Amino acid sequence: MRLELQGVSKKLGAETHLYPLTVALVPGAINIILGATLAGKTTLMRLMAGLDKPTEGKVIADGVDVTGVPVRERHLAMVYQQFINYPSLTVFENIASPLRIAGQLSEEHILSRVNAMAERLHISAFLDRHPAALSGGQQQRTALARALIKEAGLLLLDEPLVNLDYKLREELRSELTELFSSGKTTVVYATTEPLEALQLGGHTIVMHEGRLLQHGETLAIFNAPNSIQTARTFSDPPINLMPAKLDANGVATIDDAMHLPLSASQRACVVGRHEVVLGLRAHSLRLSSEHRNDYALHANVDLAEISGSETYVHFHHAGISLVAQLSGVHQLEIGVAATLYFQPEDVFIFDHDGALLFAPSQAGA
Amino acid sequence: MARIELVNLAHSYKAHPTSPSDYALLPMTMTWDDGGAYALLGPSGCGKTTLLNIISGLVIPSEGQVLFDGKDVTRLPTEARNIAQVFQFPVIYDTMTVRENLAFPLKNRGWKTADITKRVDQIAEILELTSDLKHRASGLTADAKQKISLGRGLVRPDVAAVLFDEPLTVIDPHLKWLLRRKLKEIHHELKLSLIYVTHDQVEALTFADQVVVMTQGEVVQVGSAQVLFEEPEHTFVGYFIGNPGMNLLPCSVSQNKVRINGLETSLSVPENFLHAVNNGSANNVIKLGIRPEFVECHATSIANSLPAQLSMVRNMGTHWLASCQLGEHKVAAKLRHEPGKVGSPIWLSFSSERTLFYVNDKRVR
Amino acid sequence: MKTYNNKAWWLIFPVILSVAFSAIMPLMTVVNYSVQDILGPDQAVFVGMEWFRAVMRDSDLHGALFRQLIFSIAVLVIQIPLGIGVALTMPAQGWRASLSLVLVALPLLIPWNVVGTIWQIFARGDIGLLGNTINNVGISYNYTGDSFDAWITVLVMDIWHWTPLVVLLCYAGLRAIPDAYYQAARIDGASRFAVFRFIQLPKLRNVLMIAVLLRFMDSFMIYTEPFVLTGGGPGNATTFLSQYLTQKAVGQFDLGPAAAFSLIYFLIILLFSFILYNWMQRVGTGDQA
Repeated sequence: MRLELQGVSKKLGAETHLYPLTVALVPGAINIILGATLAGKTTLMRLMAGLDKPTEGKVIADGVDVTGVPVRERHLAMVYQQFINYPSLTVFENIASPLRIAGQLSEEHILSRVNAMAERLHISAFLDRHPAALSGGQQQRTALARALIKEAGLLLLDEPLVNLDYKLREELRSELTELFSSGKTTVVYATTEPLEALQLGGHTIVMHEGRLLQHGETLAIFNAPNSIQTARTFSDPPINLMPAKLDANGVATIDDAMHLPLSASQRACVVGRHEVVLGLRAHSLRLSSEHRNDYALHANVDLAEISGSETYVHFHHAGISLVAQLSGVHQLEIGVAATLYFQPEDVFIFDHDGALLFAPSQAGA
Repeated sequence: MARIELVNLAHSYKAHPTSPSDYALLPMTMTWDDGGAYALLGPSGCGKTTLLNIISGLVIPSEGQVLFDGKDVTRLPTEARNIAQVFQFPVIYDTMTVRENLAFPLKNRGWKTADITKRVDQIAEILELTSDLKHRASGLTADAKQKISLGRGLVRPDVAAVLFDEPLTVIDPHLKWLLRRKLKEIHHELKLSLIYVTHDQVEALTFADQVVVMTQGEVVQVGSAQVLFEEPEHTFVGYFIGNPGMNLLPCSVSQNKVRINGLETSLSVPENFLHAVNNGSANNVIKLGIRPEFVECHATSIANSLPAQLSMVRNMGTHWLASCQLGEHKVAAKLRHEPGKVGSPIWLSFSSERTLFYVNDKRVR
Repeated sequence: MKTYNNKAWWLIFPVILSVAFSAIMPLMTVVNYSVQDILGPDQAVFVGMEWFRAVMRDSDLHGALFRQLIFSIAVLVIQIPLGIGVALTMPAQGWRASLSLVLVALPLLIPWNVVGTIWQIFARGDIGLLGNTINNVGISYNYTGDSFDAWITVLVMDIWHWTPLVVLLCYAGLRAIPDAYYQAARIDGASRFAVFRFIQLPKLRNVLMIAVLLRFMDSFMIYTEPFVLTGGGPGNATTFLSQYLTQKAVGQFDLGPAAAFSLIYFLIILLFSFILYNWMQRVGTGDQA
């Protein structure tokens, strides 16, 4: 399904839940809606589904204006955070229910389709149980099966993995990527976690407090967020932001404690500006110098968190709290002085009012 | 602050348990040092919440003892144990202000008003709640409410241990960072015993000095983040910790050679392991474990490498994730640079130091 | 959720018809009567607001209104706390919970005129178990002769009949409070009263709002039970508003004034309910469940 939202907004009384936005979903691909809680993700999904009517604007599906059309007549399926299944039906009947409602298939046909779908989602062993007897992950798989079997043009998933265990989430996510790769269904997936967006790939719509911040390929947005807020929403660990002043020679100064010479391409983007905000992703910082032009940051370690394959180091520099993501295990005591290195070209530069001026190029990694 | 000892502690809901499956918690004996931070990590249903409830006094174990500083508290009610607990969702008194919430436990203990005010101010500053003290608690965000829940526990100077039951469940990812950091700071400053239950490995590993990994009522391994990551004693630990988890490949071994799927590579095989394999039953399951972070990928064949094919390559922003098809097995690899395109051949090598061997899921050195 | 399918309106058409027939048209008739003097079957004179004025000046009506207010206030003051108290003592789960729920709900199942009849006999001084016992103990008790005794009897009957409703509502409200709140209160060292004041009562607010509104409206309209029990007596000691109205309309066939007062009655209930509802809403502003 080719879905477009034109100038849609949603107001409830005096509150604006969604400011007017226009977006066209990429058909047959995963479209991720990324944002914090209350950013407007669910409101947006409900408008896409037809569960709510927009205060202004139009919803266009496959070229047809469906703004007032009730959800029952639209060709879509939805999966929720809470595992929603018909409690009185068995898993088999749950999965078969959309086919039975459509009423166009014979019993054998339904049987084979349901079995095939259960096989794909690894719940064949539970077909005769009731949802209440299943674990959370199995219930959500049942809900997924019921949604997928419709082969609807549009599949909406509202944070479907958030109530599941961490490890289960990992597994289901990789399964979902496979399930959605057929290219026939337009998938919309809402999440609060940037890492989930990166793992699913596809295209992302970044939302913040009811506004659409950026829309494009997931990795492209990650590498070039169009504003400070977009960068903040789309980072985990949080992106390091440092307000700086520029002098005539293209050197960024922070509080007299840091003098960072900008590269030629960076200087070209900041012509005429005196105040900027520098952004540095946590993984750009290293404990050892690897390049000739590495900049050395002398800092005091506040905290070191080891998470197995990585170490997150919280430190202070020029009065600003920063985070570094180092690969491997590094035991660093609190209060110890450390030197962290990064390449000046890895620095993002934002205008003091938030707009992106320079993003590091991604040649290599 | 308290030294917590569990002596032959077990719990079963049946009156006369006969087999391991009758137990919610299999017998265990453990000592947790005064002032340490411990995490109970495991999937849903593994018994971690039961264990936490036994320590807090909400559940009385069917077998064994719990000792606080040598004193048997197994049957003591919660109020008498000097512990504080933070739950999955914020528990606050809606009708009170933040200050009244924090003062409540002290008021119940008959403290003088002046002392209460001083203590509340102190704790509020540590938790960064000072500006909210006058506001009604019910109007704040979820993370502020969790801080209040925590504050009510910290405000008692005699609190022996603070227990956390998946406290970050309702918190957004970027606020999770701030709260985790705050918890670590509090631990460092107040030197309390902290016990944290979670299914999220990142939370557990970054928070705790020692992590207790559990599955199906059994404690599988206790260790620091580094030990659990680099030396998992059980395949479950290898699988559960790490994102993605450890690659576990069935194999057969002979002197310094390992055969996977008919392909052979030279690796130093520990003597004990070879011994166990040769003298053990033919039904023993023999696996090789290597973490995706330590799998080396080469574009051309080198000595001792195994040929495979790239089935999935994904740019995760901070690193690359590849899935390689080694015969009928999938091997995940986490790399700093792009390994190649999907479908192209790849050669994998495993270093002897990073390869671990398991017989029937238990490690043999 | 809005539906854009207008076919649904057709489904409720039969209901609209029957409501129109049984409620709206009679209401319009009442409005009609309230502004006319019906002298005979075909003789009706338009008198405008005269009945309304007469009704406002009627001292008998003032008396009935006053008695009604006292009654409703007494009902609320006694039944709400009592209902909360009983709900707090009921077990939360198991067979005991089911048993207590059934026992508590029994008075609600009895037809209202039967309730009146039960108490009429029960409270009789000669053959009634309660009346006879009280008299034997030495207290002189006669609800047909003594106004005060009649009042007490009517009140106790209403309490017996309707407190279970408050109990059931509060019981449901209490069950909705997650265990973690009680656990946290124990850890905080809170006393039983503190738990009630800071956890249970705030969380019962929505339920209590419903209970207060329902009990107020029902008690303000009460007719059957006191009518069967005391007939409004002795004299007019227990004649409440609805009975007074009926006497006027059916007994004296004074349709005009009766109709006028019906409308005023309706508006009074509406006004009180509106005030009560808004007050309780405001008390809980800023609260989330």
